[in-house]
Amino acid sequence: MNGGGAQRSKGANGWLLSTPALILLLFAASGPLIIVALYSFLEKGDYSGVRWVFSTEAWFRILFERDIFDGTVSFADANLRIFWRSAKLSLATTAITFLLGLPTAWFIATRAPKARAIWLFLITIPFWTNLLIRTFAIMEVIRNQGILNTFLIKIGLIDQPIQILFTDTAVLIGMAYVYLPLMVLPLFAAIDRFDFKLIEAGYDLYASRLKTLVRVILPIIRPGIVAGSILVFVPSLGAYVTPRVLGGGKNMMIGNFIELQFGQGQNWPLGAAMSMVLLIIVLGALLIFTRASSREGPHD
Amino acid sequence: MTRRPFDVTSLPGFTTVAIITFILLYAPIVTLVIYSFNGSGSVNIWGGFSTQWYAIAAKNEAIQGAAVRSFIIAFWASLISTAVATLAALGTTRRGRFRGQTLIYVMINQPLMVPEIVTAVALLIFFSTIRIATGYTGLGYLIAAHSAFCVPFAYLPIRARLEGMDMSMEIAAADLYATPWQTFRYVTLPLLMPGVLAGAMLAFVISLDDVIITEFVKSAGQDTLPTYMLGQLRRALTPEVNAISTVLLGLTVVILTAFFLITRKRG
Amino acid sequence: MKKLLIGSSILAMGAMGAQAEGTLNLYNWGNYTNPELIEKFTAETGIAVTITDYDSNTTALAKVEAGGHGFDLVVPSANYVPVFVEKGLLAPLDHSRLSNFGNIASEWVDVAWDSGRAHTIPWQWGTTGVAVNKSVYAGDVNTSDIFLDPPTELQGLVNVVPEMNDVMALAIFNVGGEACTEDLEVLRKVRDKLMAAKPSWISMDYGTTDKLSSNDLKATVNWNGSTMRARLNNPDVVYGYPREGYPLWMDSVGLLADATNVDEAYKFLDFIMVPENAALISNFARYANGIKGSEEFMDSVMQTAPEIVIPAEFASAGKFLPTCPQSAVDLYTAIWTDLVK
Repeated sequence: MNGGGAQRSKGANGWLLSTPALILLLFAASGPLIIVALYSFLEKGDYSGVRWVFSTEAWFRILFERDIFDGTVSFADANLRIFWRSAKLSLATTAITFLLGLPTAWFIATRAPKARAIWLFLITIPFWTNLLIRTFAIMEVIRNQGILNTFLIKIGLIDQPIQILFTDTAVLIGMAYVYLPLMVLPLFAAIDRFDFKLIEAGYDLYASRLKTLVRVILPIIRPGIVAGSILVFVPSLGAYVTPRVLGGGKNMMIGNFIELQFGQGQNWPLGAAMSMVLLIIVLGALLIFTRASSREGPHD
Repeated sequence: MTRRPFDVTSLPGFTTVAIITFILLYAPIVTLVIYSFNGSGSVNIWGGFSTQWYAIAAKNEAIQGAAVRSFIIAFWASLISTAVATLAALGTTRRGRFRGQTLIYVMINQPLMVPEIVTAVALLIFFSTIRIATGYTGLGYLIAAHSAFCVPFAYLPIRARLEGMDMSMEIAAADLYATPWQTFRYVTLPLLMPGVLAGAMLAFVISLDDVIITEFVKSAGQDTLPTYMLGQLRRALTPEVNAISTVLLGLTVVILTAFFLITRKRG
Repeated sequence: MKKLLIGSSILAMGAMGAQAEGTLNLYNWGNYTNPELIEKFTAETGIAVTITDYDSNTTALAKVEAGGHGFDLVVPSANYVPVFVEKGLLAPLDHSRLSNFGNIASEWVDVAWDSGRAHTIPWQWGTTGVAVNKSVYAGDVNTSDIFLDPPTELQGLVNVVPEMNDVMALAIFNVGGEACTEDLEVLRKVRDKLMAAKPSWISMDYGTTDKLSSNDLKATVNWNGSTMRARLNNPDVVYGYPREGYPLWMDSVGLLADATNVDEAYKFLDFIMVPENAALISNFARYANGIKGSEEFMDSVMQTAPEIVIPAEFASAGKFLPTCPQSAVDLYTAIWTDLVK
């Protein structure tokens, strides 16, 4: 496509124009990551910082621990518990947001165009609302004197408030609430492009709505499902604010564990190593998810 | 045999679940807003309608400082990130593939893929070193950090807009002997403007909302609204937090409405 | 667009310009500084004060030692002051710049951990014990078993504040050890008891005052002043003095060695030694302070409060925490990090 001007080499120009972005990101995003990787191989300083001595102690401490008193090496149960809790809660969050998000996205996509714009707007507002505000809002609902407990007491179902706050359940509820819009939007985008004549065909073939749903609809909107799952799973795995506020400091997830090492835990290399682990898990999950979406889907 | 009218689009129970989901999504937020008008000092015992907490929040100097700081950072971050993202979008769209393009994509979208806590920790370490070396402790670090993670949010709408633009106008301009710079300034940029504005607004909102990275990177007295609220959440909870939240919420709604209106106008 | 640019640059410069009039960056415990005190200080001196908070001595030390923090004043507990001093983090105080220095109560002037007050000025002092909501548990609260071996009514409801020193001290006293002990047998018992108790805790959170007031917490390790504030909001809250032994502590304000607003810092230090201002500090957080003559300005409710006036039967169980040698601290940190995960 020669637009009259001299044909430039697209590559050079593309790089040139992208340079400011690359410099900014290198300085304030990617570059520092390299430093984190570096720090994970250093020795920890007394109360903070590092000593510039090579050591793999940090990586060792992720999976193993030495008993303080007799020096025996064993699996770091506490760390494994944190990994397990993070994985468990993130997967559960993804599942819940999917179960609630699919009908919601379907509903929005099947409204008349004018109404659809309004519903879309309504789902976008929580999406852009500050994470902290949403976490706080949920905290107000589930705390001992919050709406949920007050309501249950009023209708006589229970007579003492149920302790929800500061449990794993609270963190799960909080994360599902916070990340729900992130699941709905990609699902909506996928359903929006959906050709509803295919459903008619599906009903002709299967005659039951459930079968049609599973055999026809879900496979076609798979890219949307995958995108939504990524958008929910990845941030929830590295969540920090929600577990901190709703978990009361006892139900740690990976993000909280990392933060601890830079504060009371006084072990920067361990925090750095754990960050690397989190990064690797996240990139791994991304790879798996994107492979899953590009594998044999129906061809248009 | 005639078929019953069959709504192809309805699936059993979906509408019910959808409506319930919307209610579940909004109930906590609505409650939060209602309780910001709570006359009593407690966060969950209703004591009559009152706007006292808005007055208290407005007079609170810590909040004033935090609000100003949030806006300054968001302003600069959205400016820088949008400028940088526009250039990058121009460089990577409508050109066909070139070598290293994937690397550029990965770098630009990196903030979306890397968990915030990891970036926050990385910046903490990196900026601490610089702080000790240069002694500079101003807002520069926060602005740099925010600009960086706003880039992908500014980039995506601009790129989407750019891809949707057909090149006929630009080709016509070139045929009329306009230089590439003139074509850009008088044809491309105005056509691109809705995308640029959309990107800037998204970047602004994202920057205003950031909690984790700001919490780790800030130094003494550099609270933003979200970090101030985080401190209050963990220490001393009063409806003041509800008031601030409601104001932020209102602001988000306003910006979003503007965003929707702009992106629905065809250029 | 241009106007916007110029307008905001002015705004940005304005924000920086405010600094020129005098700023002070205070790094203190959370929910521990009376906003009225700060208002009064700013009104009298024109200096703008920022407060950043922390939830434990270790957090504060870690942040200060990391450098580049930008703070001017920090408020460590007594047993941490020598640590700060030894690491060169606190600047020696020039007493000639502190005209109110004579106001410090005599028992708090020459303390073992800061002789002659070379580095710090008293802020507040108090005790660490337990706070219990008596409508949930009406039994004996004067024991550290509340959190180390909770009674059935409190199972799964106890909070433990994330302050390593106080919690470790309470645990060590509970098993019969001495403060700063490095006896491995004792510490092993401490570690095992803490780990065994942890499943019956609900959280390890700092913000206890509000949560006790709102019934979100039914029991917690807590400081006396915070408990008093909670009790004033929620009469069901009682404070317990663990008879096995409980820490006495004092927090003092120190000038950081790399502080940039030194003049403003001295003004503040002098300001808080005025009896009325010290009373402002006490009235807010409900702890006693170390300044002579402040009692007449304090709220009367503090003269008789059970959290402030230690009952005679428990007086001897209170032990002022000494500074432990690094080897002991390392052991405690190791136990603590295992505990908090």
